Amino acid sequence: MAAKVPAAPRPAGARGPHPHRRLPSTKTALIAAAAYIVAIIFILPYVEMLITALRPHGELLSRNYLPHHFNWSTFINMWGPAYGLTSSVLTSLEIAGGATLLVTAVALPAAYYTARRRFRGRWAFLLLVLATQILQPTVLIVGIYKEYLNFNLENISPTWSLILVNAAFNLAFSIWILYAYIGSIPAELEEAAMVDGYSRVGAMFKITIPIAMPGIVTSVIFTFIAAWNEFITALTLTTNPNQYPLTVRLDSFRGAYQVDWQHLFGVSVVATIPVLILFAIIEGRVVGGLTAGSIK
Amino acid sequence: MPDIVTAEPDAGRSQPRRPAGRSAKYRRLRASLAPLPWIGPAIALIALVVIWPVVVMVQTSFQNVSALGITLGSAGLRNYSAVLDNPNLPGILVRTVIWVAAVVGITLFISLGLAQLYNQRFPGRRLTRWAIIAPWAASVLMTALIFRWMLDADHGVVNVFLHDLGIVSSFNSNEADWLGRPDSALAWMIAVAVFVSLPFTTYVLLAGLQTIPAELYEAARVDGASPWQTYRRITLPLLRPAFLIAAVINLMNVFNSFPIIWEMTNGGPGYETSTSTIFMYDLKNTFVGQAAAMSIINFAIVVVIVAAFVRLNRRSLQEAR
Repeated sequence: MAAKVPAAPRPAGARGPHPHRRLPSTKTALIAAAAYIVAIIFILPYVEMLITALRPHGELLSRNYLPHHFNWSTFINMWGPAYGLTSSVLTSLEIAGGATLLVTAVALPAAYYTARRRFRGRWAFLLLVLATQILQPTVLIVGIYKEYLNFNLENISPTWSLILVNAAFNLAFSIWILYAYIGSIPAELEEAAMVDGYSRVGAMFKITIPIAMPGIVTSVIFTFIAAWNEFITALTLTTNPNQYPLTVRLDSFRGAYQVDWQHLFGVSVVATIPVLILFAIIEGRVVGGLTAGSIK
Repeated sequence: MPDIVTAEPDAGRSQPRRPAGRSAKYRRLRASLAPLPWIGPAIALIALVVIWPVVVMVQTSFQNVSALGITLGSAGLRNYSAVLDNPNLPGILVRTVIWVAAVVGITLFISLGLAQLYNQRFPGRRLTRWAIIAPWAASVLMTALIFRWMLDADHGVVNVFLHDLGIVSSFNSNEADWLGRPDSALAWMIAVAVFVSLPFTTYVLLAGLQTIPAELYEAARVDGASPWQTYRRITLPLLRPAFLIAAVINLMNVFNSFPIIWEMTNGGPGYETSTSTIFMYDLKNTFVGQAAAMSIINFAIVVVIVAAFVRLNRRSLQEAR
């Protein structure tokens, strides 16, 4: 289908003005209009989130689309000790950062070895990895909770347990994506380096890892986002409000009798910013990353 | 956990075909141990966080456990019979089927169109593609809370809008209370689940579209095929592997979906908007053993669904590799 579209001028992205650009055909204009409308629909709920966070307290329950004036104080006072946002941001950073480091440290050697070597149990190992992709924290939550209690892990910060859980449930995707990436890099490159006197590990660091960097970045960012947004395990394992990550903090604004909507959405905005930045970094690679990870 | 790590070399050693000398045996042992430094940590992590909870959960499902998590003794099959005899279970299972089928079906259908749309060339494509990631980037929890806020019977923006259109005649009425009525609540929650599933699915299908060689379209154009013929004869068949993978992943995610229902209706009133996942989590607060039994049942359902799906589409999935 793509090939049938009358060729719009090559740099089709919004890359600055093109004074000599041909006018787009009607068909392209219609397509673009549809695409913009869909994109706006996808954004609208989050715009409403921002608007609500900016509503002055007196206008929170008004039946208008936009308040008469905007109030930025929510975004300032939510950092105060009463709302625990600072500690939650730090906790979420620890969990997502820790899980990402652990996943990379564990997945990279495993993906490298399975992509490069044929060994006994290789197939069984890949199958085990695939099986963990089917299981999710939700279906195992009772088991995870019981294990947590059995090992008396409630005596130490749940952050550690959450790092482990998030790492384990994102391992499959990372191994899979890195396996595909490394598999596509010719082994001869490394062999040449080894002839030049590098050890296998040296050649891996010197040759393979730099070439596989796009795959590594993609897997790192997907893991970070998944861990950053993880909810059910964090909800189950954290009981002390000082240890709430962001998702559980959001849930806690939903009190028994009323919801603190302004702070809830103010915190939501803050929680979404890092993810949007990360997605912007890999924007061009999301499609390629998914191809490598799940289709090829 | 350690026994699982060593299980692999043991398997390698267990059946020596002929008696070998000490050095040969040693070499074979070394060879079978060689992968361990590389894949051992991954196996250890999976064993500790995935396999161990499965074992604990199976055990727990046969135990009598207090609400605080203290084991009071064996329960035999009582947890299972309690869950299966629960009068709410049939309704919950029916709702789970509706939930999964509706969300996955609608998501795939809309995503096919969206992938086609965002695969075209037009100015601003990058920006709009980035915009449709939003529901994937924001946590599902957050999106569920926004929709709950927007559907508020008194001042939710959806009701303000529908009131302006004349569809909702008065605020705070039964008709404005979308989440208060089980049927409309379920419909809205299905819509939210579709909304958050669309970006990932669309991107998988976009990735699939990009693997289709342009020459095929060129050939179809030369042969004078209509756009619809081209789509049916070239795009759809070649998109099948990506489509099936998107379907499987969505099936698992939607079945296990928790935050949407949890935040929007909490599964209520009663269990009237609960799926089996919400039901399981609700049981966990009071009957840990029954929650474990329900988890095992859920687990079995997921495995059956996925296995059936893979079996039905075995050939296409093999082509995908």
